[in-house]
Amino acid sequence: MSRSSRIGLLIVIAVLAVLPFVLPNAYYLDVAIRMCINAIVVLSLNMLIGFAGQISLGHAGFLGIGAYASAVLPTHYGWPPIAALGAGAAVSGLLALLVARPIFALRGHYLAMATLGLGIILAMIFRNETAFTGGPDGIAVPSLGLFGYELTTEKQWYWLIAAMLVASIWATLNLVDSPFGRALRALHGSEVASQAVGVNIWHYKVAVFVLSALGASVMGSVTAHYVGFVTPNIADFFHSIELVTMVVVGGMASVFGSLVGAVLLTGLPQALARFEGWETVVFGAILMLTMIFMPKGLVPTLTARLRRGD
Amino acid sequence: MLAQFLQFLFSGVTVGATYALAALGFTLVYNASHVINFAQGEFIMLGGMLTVFFLASGLPMPLAVALAILIPAAVGVLLERFAIEPAKNADVVALIIITIGASLVIRGVVQIWLGKGTHTLPPFSGDTPIDLFGATLRPQMLWVLGVTAAVVASLWYFFSRTLAGKSILATSYNPLAARLVGIDTSWVLFVSYALAGALGAIGGILITPITLTSYDAGIMIGLKGFVAAVVGGLGSGLGAVVGGLFVGIVEAMAAGYLSSAYKDAVPFVLILLILFFRPRGLFGGKLTERV
Repeated sequence: MSRSSRIGLLIVIAVLAVLPFVLPNAYYLDVAIRMCINAIVVLSLNMLIGFAGQISLGHAGFLGIGAYASAVLPTHYGWPPIAALGAGAAVSGLLALLVARPIFALRGHYLAMATLGLGIILAMIFRNETAFTGGPDGIAVPSLGLFGYELTTEKQWYWLIAAMLVASIWATLNLVDSPFGRALRALHGSEVASQAVGVNIWHYKVAVFVLSALGASVMGSVTAHYVGFVTPNIADFFHSIELVTMVVVGGMASVFGSLVGAVLLTGLPQALARFEGWETVVFGAILMLTMIFMPKGLVPTLTARLRRGD
Repeated sequence: MLAQFLQFLFSGVTVGATYALAALGFTLVYNASHVINFAQGEFIMLGGMLTVFFLASGLPMPLAVALAILIPAAVGVLLERFAIEPAKNADVVALIIITIGASLVIRGVVQIWLGKGTHTLPPFSGDTPIDLFGATLRPQMLWVLGVTAAVVASLWYFFSRTLAGKSILATSYNPLAARLVGIDTSWVLFVSYALAGALGAIGGILITPITLTSYDAGIMIGLKGFVAAVVGGLGSGLGAVVGGLFVGIVEAMAAGYLSSAYKDAVPFVLILLILFFRPRGLFGGKLTERV
């Protein structure tokens, strides 16, 4: 881990530690929790999109699997929540493993199409299997019990999720600097060249896809328990797009960019909530403008400018 | 039995024709600029919604239709000039995201301007069903098929018999060589995006009396048009038409015989199967990569 990354991580920890004491009320704490949840998802998605250069337009499907596992298994079959979370992650991981090989034989537009199709099919299953999922109306999720404790207050949730975020950042920073991370960047640069120097590109593409699916699934479960309710919207195409937006606006292949992207784009709809409809327009405009003027995303572009000193 | 089968076939071919028009839009833009335009579905929505709006504001039908085709064509051109052109050297992911952004902007503007309501158009020539071997054929279906056939025929003529059309094809094969022989490639981009916008809008106007329209109607049809284009092998005009009809028919058959709840999932299951077994689509060529 480089010095600047270590300083960055310390700043994040400091901000997270102070936040609950300066936020004026529960509403802001709630927004902060959602920002942290999205940041964790975006970190894992950025491994796939930013570092490995593989697009996924269906990632919300994996969030959906996790969320519905945590809703359906405890409600209908009496599973303990933590087992349901594990089962959801196992299903997501297996599904990712199963489709990864055929999917990554595809590139560019075909890959976009395949991941998009996968996400849409999952969302439709959640919407249509009303007997289990409650259909479009959604389903209530029991509260999360951890080792005999029940998470009830907003503050408890905040500390749990803040800790998860710090752990994810730390893990990602280490992963990026490991041989695994270097292999991912190599195959982003050129698949043929990385094969020539002995990188098994299949192995890495599958591994990073499964990893990001696991991350998404676990956070889907966590979101479900935190909100206490799941609707099929968690898995739909628009949510997948939102996640991709957070990755690209913050900065592809940038760990701290993922944080910035998640914070900005989770906060924005809250700020725009009073202007019904404009939310979509602003979202779209931000996507376009970032890609046109800062194709590398906010954080990498701005740090490059700082380094050059202008 | 036969009547039921024919009924499914008719509705399949009708929606398939709309998918084919959308797929042709994807193909045109892809050939001209190697971009998958995720805003293609919004042109379909614009066609339907603008016709509804202009009719409601008192314009006669032909004028309303003409405007509802011209405006999406203009939107297509603007998209190319102000969003695709400046990011010409960006990678596939960036270009996909730009067009997704554009689709959100278009959809959002229509939602603010015309509201969230669902609208319809009167059928172009009455609604007296025609009986055919026990299945009913609505006159609007004939309009969809007739106009689509006419559009496909004129596109074929344009691309194979006129110098302008051939110069577009030349540019899609090799932009640099096209420029060297004096083809104005920025004109080619202009025409391709305008045509893509117009084709989408025509599809949207034709199908609205059958399927209704609203600000978010473009997402699904657009994505299915993309499926159709990929089924046919990206970049192939014939493939787009065949792919569109194929996707439409499979969807209608699956909805009729298997499950109507999963009707919208059918094209996506289909595309996953096709991509897994034939990664370049049914009509796509062999993949060779230059390093």
